[in-house]
Amino acid sequence: MKIDVRVRGGVQILDVEGKITIGRGDVALREAVQQQLAGGATRLLINLKDVSTIDSSGVGELVSAYTTVTNRGGKLKLVNLPPKVNDILQITQLITVFETFNDEEEAIGSF
Amino acid sequence: MTDADAREYHLVIASRFENIELVHVVIEDALRQAAASDDQRHWIGLALREALANAIKHGNRQDPAKRVDVEARVSPRQIRIRIRDEGAGFVPDAVRDPLSEENRFRADGRGIFYMRRLMDEVEFRFGPEGGTMVTLVKRLDTVQDTDTNQKEEQR
Repeated sequence: MKIDVRVRGGVQILDVEGKITIGRGDVALREAVQQQLAGGATRLLINLKDVSTIDSSGVGELVSAYTTVTNRGGKLKLVNLPPKVNDILQITQLITVFETFNDEEEAIGSF
Repeated sequence: MTDADAREYHLVIASRFENIELVHVVIEDALRQAAASDDQRHWIGLALREALANAIKHGNRQDPAKRVDVEARVSPRQIRIRIRDEGAGFVPDAVRDPLSEENRFRADGRGIFYMRRLMDEVEFRFGPEGGTMVTLVKRLDTVQDTDTNQKEEQR
């Protein structure tokens, strides 16, 4: 699992690639979000376009990241959800918790 | 492959998360040979990963000296996977409902829920001397079925 960070329109975009699963992917996501927050970022967009699998630990990390960022007065949103990632968030009714977008421009403009 | 020559697999792994990948690769290949559809391979693989993660994390408390035993039987009609750990067991009815409002923002507690949603049968058993055994069953929509259905539609 790999995470690259770039900045567009004042939004930190985390491009996640691979599996967000227990043991490595979930930890990597947590560390990446914490690193951004430590650097003073308050507007985070997680790009899930190249995520092949997410398990309950990965979902848990997304939820944790959302609550951590929100509690600090920031915003965390999701973009480019692959159908199976979308399905897994639907099953646990989390899709309504996150603000999700299919288009990066639109997502950036929403902050 | 017919039901008569269903394939059987037996794997024993140390309780490390990276070993989930090993088991997943073997079962994924078994499902491929049984001509399971892409979607079913994905969802069965996810349920398998959840069961293994539970066995390693909650059952064996990530003690690498403790083993997780995996047996699988794959026929063209269904897959049955049995995963056994060396932990203290738990009370399935006491598992939190991840859909309730108070649990919505919890970081954990969704694994068994996903397993139940993704598989046809999920059964927990507990050994008299400890250890949890979870059995996962899924009937397969094989590519062959899809081909057969298409041929029947053409008739």
